[in-house]
Amino acid sequence: MNKNFLARSKSIPLLTVIAAIIAIWYVGAVWMNSPWQLDRYEKAGVDWKFSQLVEDTLSQKRPVLPAAHQVIEEIWKTTVLKKITSKRSLVYHTWITFSATMLGFIFGTLLGIFLAVLIVHNRAVDKSMMPWVIASQTIPILAIAPMIIVVLNAVGISGLLPKAFISTYLSFFPVVVGMVKGLRSPEISQLDLMRTYNANNQQLFWKLRWPSSMPYLFTSLKVAVAISLVGAIVGELPTGAVAGLGARLLAGSYYGQTIQIWSALFAAAALAAALVMLVGAVDRIVMKRMGFDTGKAGG
Amino acid sequence: MNGSTTTVVSAEKLSLTFETNDGPVHALSEVDLDVKKGEFVSFIGPSGCGKTTFLRVIADLEQPTSGDIMVNDMTPEEARKKRAYGYVFQAAGLYPWRTIESNIGLPLEIMGYDKAEQNKRITQTLELVNLTGFEKKFPWQLSGGMQQRASIARALAFDADLLLMDEPFGALDEIVRDHLNEQLLQLWDRTNKTICFVTHSIPEAVYLSTKIVVMSPRPGRIHEVIESNLPRERPLNIRESRVFLDIAHQVRDGLKAGHSYDE
Amino acid sequence: MNIFVYALIFWIISWALNEWLVRLNIRLKYFQQLRDILVPILFGAALLGLWEGTTRGFGISEILLPPPSMIWERIIESKQILWVDFQQTFMKAALIGFVLGCGSGFLVAIAIDRSPFLQKGLLPIGNFVSALPIIGVAPIMVMWFGFDWPSKAAVVIIMTFFPMLVNTVSGLAASGSMERDLMQTYASSYWQTLFKLRLPMAAPFIFNALKINSTLAMIGAIVAEFFGTPTVGMGFRISTGFGRMNVDLVWAEIAVAALAGSVFYGVIVLIERAVTFWHPSVRNRATV
Repeated sequence: MNKNFLARSKSIPLLTVIAAIIAIWYVGAVWMNSPWQLDRYEKAGVDWKFSQLVEDTLSQKRPVLPAAHQVIEEIWKTTVLKKITSKRSLVYHTWITFSATMLGFIFGTLLGIFLAVLIVHNRAVDKSMMPWVIASQTIPILAIAPMIIVVLNAVGISGLLPKAFISTYLSFFPVVVGMVKGLRSPEISQLDLMRTYNANNQQLFWKLRWPSSMPYLFTSLKVAVAISLVGAIVGELPTGAVAGLGARLLAGSYYGQTIQIWSALFAAAALAAALVMLVGAVDRIVMKRMGFDTGKAGG
Repeated sequence: MNGSTTTVVSAEKLSLTFETNDGPVHALSEVDLDVKKGEFVSFIGPSGCGKTTFLRVIADLEQPTSGDIMVNDMTPEEARKKRAYGYVFQAAGLYPWRTIESNIGLPLEIMGYDKAEQNKRITQTLELVNLTGFEKKFPWQLSGGMQQRASIARALAFDADLLLMDEPFGALDEIVRDHLNEQLLQLWDRTNKTICFVTHSIPEAVYLSTKIVVMSPRPGRIHEVIESNLPRERPLNIRESRVFLDIAHQVRDGLKAGHSYDE
Repeated sequence: MNIFVYALIFWIISWALNEWLVRLNIRLKYFQQLRDILVPILFGAALLGLWEGTTRGFGISEILLPPPSMIWERIIESKQILWVDFQQTFMKAALIGFVLGCGSGFLVAIAIDRSPFLQKGLLPIGNFVSALPIIGVAPIMVMWFGFDWPSKAAVVIIMTFFPMLVNTVSGLAASGSMERDLMQTYASSYWQTLFKLRLPMAAPFIFNALKINSTLAMIGAIVAEFFGTPTVGMGFRISTGFGRMNVDLVWAEIAVAALAGSVFYGVIVLIERAVTFWHPSVRNRATV
């Protein structure tokens, strides 16, 4: 019975793996920070015990690998203990990145849906544009982010918009691909049925194609929101790194502030997770209202 | 009626109970049955009567909860490890990335036959099921009936004297089915295998078998075993003869008595 | 102004031609494929034409947006620099990172194949990490592995590892229970079943990951260079090009990057078509 419980439980394996990761992390921190620490001991001519080494390696100011508690401490200091309006507050930086992400994401989604509808309804657009939509992703937009920012700044557009532009460019693609697949997903028998009702294109779209595409849309939205975030972060790198999580990352790397880098990274990760979970929540609500099987019912 | 009396499958008080969320399901309950060498035994009954489960127990794909079962005087597991039987599923289950001949060679590869031997057996079995010429085709280029024939050929390729078939023709249309029934009988005649055949078609069961096992559900059990006295040579039109209809009638009565027709 | 008008006319003609071409009822598969290639090429050519016409016709500053002809000139001129950058970013960082990342993702998937416990623990984490902005670890990698290409390759490895892991595990689970029962009746060993059934069946999933990863590798390698790199590499050239007014060189680099990315992706698609020729999506190739 015990074995069955272990085998069926969903959270125990996850918790075990997470615990293992944290353990490996701490061991790694001690291991990677010790060369520098041992060097310090030698220079100071101090004898050291192993427990002393462990304590010291886990509390260095500029560690090679910061310990988890160091990062959490830094995050605490820069979020809860700092005024939100301060330029050093992690909340402030997170907000900057978040707003660019959301703007880009919304535009990207709208553009993506628009293009998908166009592609599904017009053959010329389908055959000529679709290959280029795919090709557009081979232009490493992230790679030319600096250029776009500088160009747009020169024309007078700065701050939020250039970053949002990059996010839009990145997020429209998964939405187009997903929506095209979704709008085309109804089976031929379902399309034929609409034909027998003499439904026109608009009715066909709103009553059949659009509802069928919802699952595909939400899957794409999760990918799109995550990549929007990446776009916003990279967009923050060129402008002399002033505000936003990307800026914090860059500043941390310039000044060798390892813990700052890690805390910015954690904040970005938390933001990403929160956004994806938000999309997931909206997904479940919409699906339930539409009567789709969310998989939570028994059996 | 070969005169040989070796027992290939011997089940005694065989029971299998599944524990499900809705309570225990008695898939098999105290099944006693002997299958002798060279027989063609059909298992017929509605869903839930245990016929597929019984086949799977013979094949060691399910384990009984109580009772005994011997295959070739060994446990099913040993028999499986010794590759004592060939199994044919309801769907052909051919690998789409392999040609027909490569599909038939799949068990031979796994069992370690050398290349020359593999080729010989592949050619032989393809001839047996009338698929010569289709070696290099892919499964999706063949019709449903042909795919199922290839699946049967695959089960015949290695030296297993026992053939277990689980509603192999269930997904095919009637005309193809008649054709394949005929071919299966001819094959049985040529190869002298012992065949256990699960079906839910009464005419199919009566046409093919030397022995018909009528099963009933809830709990899954054998209601009756009917010995067929049809001659070994059976053209398709024997299905309109008096003898055939009598046996079919017997089967139907058995199914009714076993509450198979109840809601 | 003249050239803009020509470009506009060219655009309109190409569009009309395309609208006609897609409605043609073509019988032979060969000509169908020809048409399918011609239409996007025509569209692309018209787009390039419009670009050239607009930038030259309206006298748009070359610093902002150079015309395609100028970029082409620059590509020819700076072949040497482009080649060196290409080697540094694509062949070393991106390619090596791609191979190592996908390889390790694949091997780990097989290693945890026999342990449902590890799978249930690692997969949620894998899905979670895939959504994170992994590019953010670039400065940390520079700290650990130095400025040169190994740190960039390290970023690519991390980026490509998780999609490969998640997709391979999904692929390995894709074999139906009937097929696995069949293998059991042959008393097939774990490794025989893995190689003869489960890996071929997992191939479509694995190629899905490879295609995604090819794009990630390119982008990861270039962007990682924004965080610090020796004076060579595509990312370096792009991020510093502006300060030195070398805009057309930047565009030349982008053109090379786009070309390299497309070819890389295209090669993977060709291999995918050869290996998974049996899959319905490959057999019934209609539109994209």
